[in-house]
Amino acid sequence: MKISKKDVEYVAKLAKLKLSEKEKEKFTKQLDQILKYVDKLNELDTEKVKPTSHVLPLKNVFREDKVGKSLEVEKVLENAPEKARGFFKVPKIID
Amino acid sequence: MEYEAIIGLEIHVQSKTESKMFCSCSTEFGAPPNSQVCPVCLGLPGALPVLNEKVVEQAVKAALVLNCDVLKVSSFDKKIYFYPDLPKGYQISQYYQPLAKSGYVDIKVKNKRRRVRIRHLHMEEDVGKLIHQKGMSLVDFNRASLPLIEIVAEPDIRSSEEAGEFLMCLRSNLRYAGVSECNMEEGSLRCDANVSLRPLGTRKLYTKTEVKNMNSFKHVMKAIEYEIKRQKRSVKKGEAAVLHTRCWDPERGVTVPMRGKAPAPCISHSDLGPVILDEEFIASLRSQLPELPLDRSERFIQQYGIPASDASILTSSKELADYYEECVKLYKKPKVIANWIMSDLLRELKEKDIGIRECKVSPEHLAEMITLIDKGSISGKMAKDVFVEMFETGEKASQIVKEKGLAQISDKEALVKIVDKTLQENPKVVEDYKKGKEKALGYLVGQVMKETKGRANPKLVNKLLEKKLK
Repeated sequence: MKISKKDVEYVAKLAKLKLSEKEKEKFTKQLDQILKYVDKLNELDTEKVKPTSHVLPLKNVFREDKVGKSLEVEKVLENAPEKARGFFKVPKIID
Repeated sequence: MEYEAIIGLEIHVQSKTESKMFCSCSTEFGAPPNSQVCPVCLGLPGALPVLNEKVVEQAVKAALVLNCDVLKVSSFDKKIYFYPDLPKGYQISQYYQPLAKSGYVDIKVKNKRRRVRIRHLHMEEDVGKLIHQKGMSLVDFNRASLPLIEIVAEPDIRSSEEAGEFLMCLRSNLRYAGVSECNMEEGSLRCDANVSLRPLGTRKLYTKTEVKNMNSFKHVMKAIEYEIKRQKRSVKKGEAAVLHTRCWDPERGVTVPMRGKAPAPCISHSDLGPVILDEEFIASLRSQLPELPLDRSERFIQQYGIPASDASILTSSKELADYYEECVKLYKKPKVIANWIMSDLLRELKEKDIGIRECKVSPEHLAEMITLIDKGSISGKMAKDVFVEMFETGEKASQIVKEKGLAQISDKEALVKIVDKTLQENPKVVEDYKKGKEKALGYLVGQVMKETKGRANPKLVNKLLEKKLK
C-alpha cells in the first residue's frame, strides 16, 4: 500500500486538521511507513482463522433494562472548554 | 424519454426502553440538558458499554413484524465520523453483521398490492441534539445512546404515494408490536429518502440523492415529489447527477444541497461481544407478538361481516381494534358498533385531539347506549347528543337520559293526551287528511314531536294518530 499526499489531505479534511505543505510531506512518509509495517501481517496465512472482535469467547453480555443514576450536570460539563446554560458550547457547525 | 423514480427509504425508529442502549441513564423525554448522561454515553476514557437486553428484544420484535430473517449471530461496530453531536467520535452500530435481513412490507396503492422488500434491520445508538445559534452551537447529550432500530428498504418504491403507504404500514406494524411510538413529529420515527431516476423499462440504478429533514409523512411525500421533479428538470438540461445529501425546506417546499456524501469507515467494536440468538429466544418473542393489522383486518371482515373499508379503519391502531372487539363482545351487532365508532367516536377524538386510551366512553357505556336505542328509550337522533355528553362527562347514557329528562315518551296514555290536544288545535289539517291528503299526517306527527321537544316515540305517535283519524 502506498500512501499519497492526496490521501493525507483527505484524512486531514475529515479530521478537520489544517496541515502545512511540510507537514503533509512528513505525514505522507510516516503514514506510509506505518502501513508498510502493519502490512507485514498480511504475510500470515489467516485463511482458516475467523475474524475476531474480542479476545475472550464472550457472547450476549447483557444488562437489565433498569434506570440508574446519571452524572450531575456540573460533573458532565466539568471538562468542557466552553459551556452555556447546561449545554456544551461548540463552534457553529452546519453541514 | 419517459423516466421512472426509484425510491429507497431508510427509517430510524426509537425503540421503547426505560434505560439507554449501553448504560443505565434514563430515556425519558424532556429532561434538562445533559442531565441524563454518564461516563459511558459520554465516551469518557475507560468507560465500558454493556448492551441492554430489552434493546435486543425490541429489535427482534421489529424484525419479526417486518418479516425479516433474524440472524443467529450479529455484532457491533464503530462507525467513525466527526461531528459534535457524537461524544465518542464514533457511533455504535451494526455494519458488518446486522441483526436481521430480507424482510418485506406488503402495501396496497390504488387497489394494487405491492411488496416493498427490506434489505436489512440493525440496532444502533442515537446521537446528541444540536441547537444552532448565532455564532455557536449548543450540544445536549441526553439523546446520545438512546436505542434506535434502523430499517433499510430496497429501492422498490416508485411514487410518493407508495412511500406514504409503506410508512403507514411499517408504523402500524411496529406500533402493534409495542416496539416504538413511531411519532415523526416527536422524532421517534425518522425517514430519509434516496431518490434517483431511470429511463422507463431499464434495470440499471443511477446516481441518487439522499433527502433529509422531513418531520411528517406528508412532508416525506412532498419532498419526494419535489425531488423527482427537480431531477427530471436537471436531466432535461443535460446536467450530470452527483451523489449528495439534500435538505428538505418545509417552508419553501424545496430541497437544497447539504453536503457531499462521504462513507464513514467502520471497524468492529472490541468491547462488545457478539449477540448470539437461539431459536428458543426468537420463538418466545414471536409468541408475544399480537395479531398484526393486515391479518386482524381480514379477520374482522370474516368474523364480523363488516366492509373492508371499515375493517381497515378499525384496525388502524391496536388500541382502537381492541376497543371495537370489547364492544362487539357486549353488543352483538358489529356493523352498528362500527358505525358509531367511525362516525361519532372518531370525530370526537379528533376534535379533542386525544387517543382512544384517554376516551371516557368505555365499551360498556357505548354498548349500553346502543341498547337504549333498541329498547326505544331514546331515538337514534337523540343518541347522537347523548353520546357527545357521554364523551364529555364519562357518564352512562341512562344516567344522562334521566338527568336531562331526555327519555323518549313511549307511554301510551301520556301520548294520547298530547295527540288529542294536537288534533283539537289543528282542525283544518285533520280535515285535509280525511279528504285524502296523506301528507297532513306527517305535519301532525311533527306537531306532537314539537310539543314533546322531540322526546315522543315517533312510531307510536304515528300509530296513535292513524287510529284516532280513522
